[in-house]
Parts: sequence; structure tokens; C-alpha cells
Amino acid sequence: MRYLPLTPDDRAEMLSVIGAPDVEALFRDVPETARNAKLFDLPLHAGELAVERELAGLAAMNRPAGAGPFFCGAGAYRHHVPASVDHLIQRSEFLTSYTPYQPEIAQGTLQVLFEFQTQVAALTGLEVANASMYDGSTACAEAVMMAQRVTRRETAVLSGGLHPHYAATTQTIAHAEGMQIRRLPAAIDAEAAVIEAIDAETACVVVQTPNVFGVATDVTRIAQAAHAAGALLIVVTAEAVSFGLLKSPGAMGADIAVAEGQSIGNALSYGGPYVGLFAAREKHVRQMPGRLCGETADAEGRRGFVLTLSTREQHIRREKATSNICTNSGLCALAFSIHLSLLGETGLRQLAALNHGRARELRDAVAALPGVEVLTPRFFNEIAVRTPGAAAALVEACLADGVVAGVPFSRLDPHAGMDDLLLLAATETTTSDDIAALAAALAKGIR
Amino acid sequence: MAMQNIGRPTQPRAADLENHASLTGGRGLLQDEPLIFELGGWDKTGVDLEPAEHDASDLGDLVRAEPIGLPGLSEPETLRHYVRLSQKNHAIDLALYPLGSCTMKHNPRLNEKAARLAGFADLHPLQPVSTAQGALALMDRLAHWLKTLTGMPAVALTPKAGAHGELCGLLAIKAAHDDAGQGHRRTVLTPTSAHGTNPATAAFVGYQVAEIAQTADGRIDLADLAAKLGPEVAAIMVTNPNTCGLFERDIVEIARLTHAAGAYFYADGANFNAVVGRVKPGDLGVDAMHINLHKTFSTPHGGGGPGAGPVVLSEALAPFAPVPWLVSGPQGFGLIEEPAGEAAQAFGRMCAFQGQMGMFVRAYAYMRSHGADGLRQVAEDAVLNANYVKARLQTAMTPAFPDGPCMHEALFDDSWLEGTGVTTLDLAKALIDEGFHPMTMYFPLVVHGAMLIEPTETEPKRELDRFCEAMLALAKAAKGNDRERLKGAPYLAPMRRLDETLAARKPRLTWRPGTTGVAPAPLAAE
Repeated sequence: MRYLPLTPDDRAEMLSVIGAPDVEALFRDVPETARNAKLFDLPLHAGELAVERELAGLAAMNRPAGAGPFFCGAGAYRHHVPASVDHLIQRSEFLTSYTPYQPEIAQGTLQVLFEFQTQVAALTGLEVANASMYDGSTACAEAVMMAQRVTRRETAVLSGGLHPHYAATTQTIAHAEGMQIRRLPAAIDAEAAVIEAIDAETACVVVQTPNVFGVATDVTRIAQAAHAAGALLIVVTAEAVSFGLLKSPGAMGADIAVAEGQSIGNALSYGGPYVGLFAAREKHVRQMPGRLCGETADAEGRRGFVLTLSTREQHIRREKATSNICTNSGLCALAFSIHLSLLGETGLRQLAALNHGRARELRDAVAALPGVEVLTPRFFNEIAVRTPGAAAALVEACLADGVVAGVPFSRLDPHAGMDDLLLLAATETTTSDDIAALAAALAKGIR
Repeated sequence: MAMQNIGRPTQPRAADLENHASLTGGRGLLQDEPLIFELGGWDKTGVDLEPAEHDASDLGDLVRAEPIGLPGLSEPETLRHYVRLSQKNHAIDLALYPLGSCTMKHNPRLNEKAARLAGFADLHPLQPVSTAQGALALMDRLAHWLKTLTGMPAVALTPKAGAHGELCGLLAIKAAHDDAGQGHRRTVLTPTSAHGTNPATAAFVGYQVAEIAQTADGRIDLADLAAKLGPEVAAIMVTNPNTCGLFERDIVEIARLTHAAGAYFYADGANFNAVVGRVKPGDLGVDAMHINLHKTFSTPHGGGGPGAGPVVLSEALAPFAPVPWLVSGPQGFGLIEEPAGEAAQAFGRMCAFQGQMGMFVRAYAYMRSHGADGLRQVAEDAVLNANYVKARLQTAMTPAFPDGPCMHEALFDDSWLEGTGVTTLDLAKALIDEGFHPMTMYFPLVVHGAMLIEPTETEPKRELDRFCEAMLALAKAAKGNDRERLKGAPYLAPMRRLDETLAARKPRLTWRPGTTGVAPAPLAAE
């Protein structure tokens, strides 16, 4: 077996040093009935070629996003990732290292985390950021629980523009911790209902911009209403590239900003692994979940970095921890940080403008189709359109023409009564030919 | 430098070596590397993008006017920055990484290659399921292996890490109790030796946490467990092999007592590597167990994730598994994404989408490569390696539980250091100078000055010997007159010992212009 270095001679010699007659003796504490003398009913070991063949066969049964016109977004976005990003994250020293618990031999990872935290704070317009969460949806749930710790109130108001999966995740996780979750009905323009729902019991308000329907919103008025009631504003962003074009959550009054960072540096990968971004106001730092990297000095006074404020965390604080999170998304955070270093301010702004431009072209093309109504007034790179029939059936019809025509909203929330709603996203990878193919396929599908 | 009387230098001390300074501050291949914010590329970029055809005039006051504050680097500068940083990290590919409880084993590169196939990596979580049948088939095969290896009937694949899996398992347990009118059960029992995530997760779900006492031989105290199991107990959370590296001999009785009290048995699967392919947790009475794919099934740790923590579930808990559910029918595989129909009792959703697909591919490639026979060998070699290290080191160090074999990790206490002034921390830091990553230190909490060593099965005997010789040499130094070697360590690492107290007292968590010094400016905190 190619991954197992011990030879039979090694094993025999080691057993004699141990003073055990055989390996079985080392398992003597396992109840005999559970020791399983026979091999399990699974295939035997396989060579690299055979395994590669099987996996390539499975991969070939899928239709990759890049195989043709593709318009799915709704929380995961297909972007071009520079080749150097994937090369760098595969360096052994990044790929095969553990959480940086021994900082003297983990400065590579730690400096990256410090840079990552600074980048995330800059993007979100807030003062501090952590070293990553699992993804945007779980970061959203953690933010709600953090708001409970800060305000000592129990109710969270979730906007009707919040991604239904984020809302469901938050409901599941934060409710388990004892919070009351008020999830407002799905709505393209959700602002008024959110402000209406805030009261003296509200710990936090969760709004997404651009929201799940693609609507970019200035949430300043919601921030004012929340703050007037003593509640925190949590701003969710599912498309991190939008930070390059739109006002930051911090500038609009957010107390906590969470985002899905997949768009920058990370593959779609059918839903994971992704990277949750989590930023907050400095005064709340000791209530934050997750790992934090901080600057310090070594015994010779040289600048270095360590994991810090760990008295918030499970391995020190146990049942009093701010979160149970341990392993997070280190390597995805690295990919995010490398891609963002390559982009820089100039590149990110260009990329964001390019995405917006592609989406405008997409909007113009579908708006011209008979029976199709564009519902998103101001958007970044994604729009919601009303189609004449069920959007899911239309998407199936377009598949026959080789076009993946976006996400039917009913897939995210079948109970909203929005079966005729279709979410369409465009990125820098979307070409004019793709848009023409989509328009043609939609026109055909509608007829 | 001390000289022998025949005029030859003695063995150079580490401290002397580092006094050999270069003229311009260079350190050979080990470069000091500034932060990206100090490299000055405020108007630079390492990507060439086509110009946008539209302006953003339609966005009006939504447009971000103020600078973001992101430096950019050209591609060559980017490569250098990250390669230089990488050289300051220890890694499994460099040497033994014996972090107990973390299972730092070799990460096969075939798995990386497979996860990057366009059919997996370039697949959108919400594209029509008819266009992702291969991905769903892989998830189905992975589920089959996990269920077979654990002897459990169901698995929830979505949890994104071990702690997320614990949360999933406890939520399923809570839902089952609620469904049975047992919602008044408010307590979770865990041994004192448990991972910190266990009590943290239980508290997260709103449970009171009570500790189960441990016997002198490092196992759960059955009498104490029996006394604490009552009508208010919802579950026990037990790691097996436990964090002392010992198999809970009474595990079947523990399960029986738990079930008799109407509680569920949650197993923390962090240490599954010790028994994979040999023992099915389902045979031991487990109701739920998470499996860290990034431990037992070798998906890379990546400097702190991503992981994956699928949870296997018993018949009683399976109906409460979170959505999405993977189902198969005449049209092929499908997903149930709402708690309705077949999944009506699902307790909710753990995350957006289908979980860590990239990790599923890697873990499945690992399982297929090993097969039933190879996985059994994994457990045997992992246990053999740990016992070998224990046998070689116990001549100089004190095993916490000397009687009988350990499983996949060997636990020592610090009683052998008594009177030397040297601590477990010093020993760990000195091990860095010898070229190894330290063992897990000060965990589990039940052993004073704990040193938990998990070599894993992918270490050759030569590397184990090298490690044991380093440990024995350090033990000799600690007990002899060479304590500075330990007290001041590390001398040869990229950094000397770092001041963690300073970092926590005056947290500086982001770079800010003009703050490049080493004396952190205080950050106002609550």
C-alpha cells in the first residue's frame, strides 16, 4: 500500500521493542465482539490509475459551469481565478500544516491570517475581522448569536431579502441557542418591513445587500432604525466582488458584516469548501467567534504574529466559549487573500465594474424578451426576472439548448409563492455570446 | 564561546549560532518578509482585465467612493511574498507532526488532483441536479463507505468540520427527544478529558454540561456515570479511543447504561483513525458520531481548515437529519432541500448548499486507494507507531498511563520534569530546534503538563526513531546541566519565542498605516 511506509520487518522489530506478541495484543482493550476478524464488505485497495479512472468517470457525468453558457449565482459565483493562486495554496507548507498553535514555526500561516483580517476589515469597512468561518451562511448564524451576547436580547429579525438558505441555517443554529428568529416573508424590496419589525426586544436586524434577488440597497436607514432601538445591524454579502463597487457595510452603519468569500480565489466546488468573512466594530471584539491573529514580538523584539484572545474559544473556555468553532477555512482564506493581493484596489474595482457591466448587458438582453419582466431596480451582477410560467420548467427547457439559465427561486424557497421568479447572474466569465445564447434559449422556452 | 583546553571549540550552542549575524540582516534562505501593506503597491495590480463597457452611473449613491485600502502586487511579487512566507511554516511534508488528537498524516496528491477536475471543482451548488449526477453519485458512494465503516444506517454529509458535526449530532438528538416528549432533558454529560468543542457545542445547543469522573486508569468511571445518568440527561458525549489515547473498555456497558436512562450516545469521532476498518462504532451502541474527514480520511488541514464533519446516525436519529437529503429514484439521484415530505422531521439546515464537496472527493479517493484491507492496516500501523514511541520514550519520560497498550496516541505527563525547572512548554519549544513540530501540550486537561503524541500510520520507522532520539536527548538535557537549551528555545526557528501575553493585552488585529513597529498600539476593547 503506497501510503503506508512500514515493512513487515519494521513491524516485527517494533513489536519486539514494545514487547507485544502481535498487533492484536495492542487492541486488547477493544471488546472482542467488536474487533471484527474479517475485512469489511468494501472493495480492496486500488492503484492510483484505477482510482483516477473512477473519479474521472464520475466527474465526466457532471456539466461544469465552464462548459457553456451559465447563469447561476444565488450565493456562489463563477469567477476566473489566476493560476498562481491555486499553485501557491498547494505548497506543502500551506497545504499540509495545522492550525498555527506553535507560532515560531507557523509565521507563514499567521502573517497570511493577519493580512487576510486586514483585507476583510478594509472590504467591509469595519475595524476588526476574524481568521474566517466555514462559509457565509454559518457566519450569518454566528453573527446573530454574537448580537445576542452584545445586546443581551433574544430576538433577531431576518430580512425577506436574505438568502433563504442563510435564513434557514440561522434559524436552525441560533434558535438552538435559545434565540427567537423572526424571518420576514420573502420580498424583493424588504426595507420597509424590516424597519417595521424592529422593537425594543430586537437584538439584531439581518439584511443582505445585494440581496438574494440581486437588489443593491443602501441600508443606512435600517441602521438608524436599529440603532435607535438599541439593536445591532448585521449586513450580509453573498458576492464578495461587490465590495469593489458598492458602499461598504461599515459605511452604511453595520455593526457586524458577514460575507461569503468564495467569489475571490475559490472554486464553486458544488457548495464547499468556501470561506466565511466576519468583521465587526472594534468595541465588540471580545464577543467575536472564531480565531483571531494578532501582532506581537518575539524574545528578540522582532515583529511576529500569534493566535490571540483565545480565552473566547472552546479549547480554553469550553462551555463558556463564544462559539464551538475550531477548524475553520484556513486554506480558502489563503486563496482569498492571494487573489485579493493580485487584484489590489485597482484590480478589484476593475473586476467589480466588469461584473456590473456584464450584468447590465444581461439585463438589457432579457428585458427585451416578450413576457419577461426584470424585477431588480439597482443591482451588482445578479437580477431577478419574472417569467411567464414556472421558472424551474424554463430552466429545464433551456438545458436542452446547452444553457444553464440561472436558479429558479422556488429551489431556494418553494413556499414563497414565487415560482415564476428566476435569478440570473453574470460575471467577468460571461461573454456576449453566452448572453445571446441565453436570450435565444429563454425566448424558445417561453414559446 | 567555551573552549576545551586543547583549543578546539566545544559543540557550538544554538545561541552561539544565531549570533552569527549577516551584514544586511539576511538569514540565508529565510527571508524577512514585510506585510503586503508595506510592499507599497497601492496602484499596482497582478491581473490584466478587459475594460468594463459600462460605467456604474445607474447605481448612483450606492457606489463606493472612498478608498478601500487594498494593496496590489504584480504576479512575480505575489509568488515571492507567499513562497517566502510558506518557508516559515512547519508541514507534514517536512517532518513528523505529532500533534495528538489532530491526526496529521500524509495528504496524497492524487486527492488534490481529483478535487480539481472541472466536473467537481467547476460545479455550481444550485445547477440542475440532472447536470450533477456524478457529484451526487460520489456523495452516495462516500456515504456508503462511511456507513459501512461505522456500522451505522444513515449519514448527514453537510457539516463543515468536527465541531459543526457535533452540533448536527446534538441537534438531531434534541429533535428526537422533543419528538418523544422528552424535551425536558437538559443535561449533557462529558468526561473531563473531552475536547473543548464537546462542552462548547452542548452549551451552544442550550444544554447544561456536567462532567463524568475518570478512573485512575484513564477511563470513564462507570459508577459516577451511572449516578449522573437520570431523567434530565439528554446525551453523553464520549470520545473513543479517548483523549488519553485509551480505548474505553467498558464502552458497551456505557452505551447500555446511557440507553437505559433514555439518553443518547454521541461519539466524538476525532480519534476514529485508531480503529478504522477494525471496529464499527455502531457495534458499540453509538447513536451519532461525526467523522473528521480531515483527520482519518486525510483531507489536508490547510493551516486550519477547511475540514468536513459528516455525522453518522442510528435508526432512531436518522429521520431528524438536516436537509439537504440525498435520495435516489428512477430519474437518478436527487436532493430534498426542504424539511418536507420524506424529510418532514429534519431538524433544519446546517449550512447553505451540500457541504464540503471538495473534501468529499479527496476523502473518497483516499478510501478507494486504501480499500477495506488498507484501512484496517491504517488503524494497525497507527496504533503500532504510537506504542513504539511510547515504549522507546518511557525509559526517560513518564507515561500518564503506563499499564497496558495505548491506541493511536501516547500520553505522557510532566512528573519526570519535576525539580528541573523545565516545563512541557519548554520541551515543546526545544523540539522545534530539533526539527520537529511539538506534540499537543497541556491537553487533555486531566493529566498534569500533558504531552500527547500521535505519530499516525504514515510515518516510517526511521522518522519515529529520529523523533525518539531527539526526545531522549532533550530529556537528558532537561535532567542534566543543559537546561538553557530548553528554557530559551527555540533558537533555530524563524522566530524566537513569541509574547502571547502582549498580543492579548493590547490586541492589534489589523495593519494600520504608520503602525509597522513592534510595540503594538493599544486597541480600545471592552
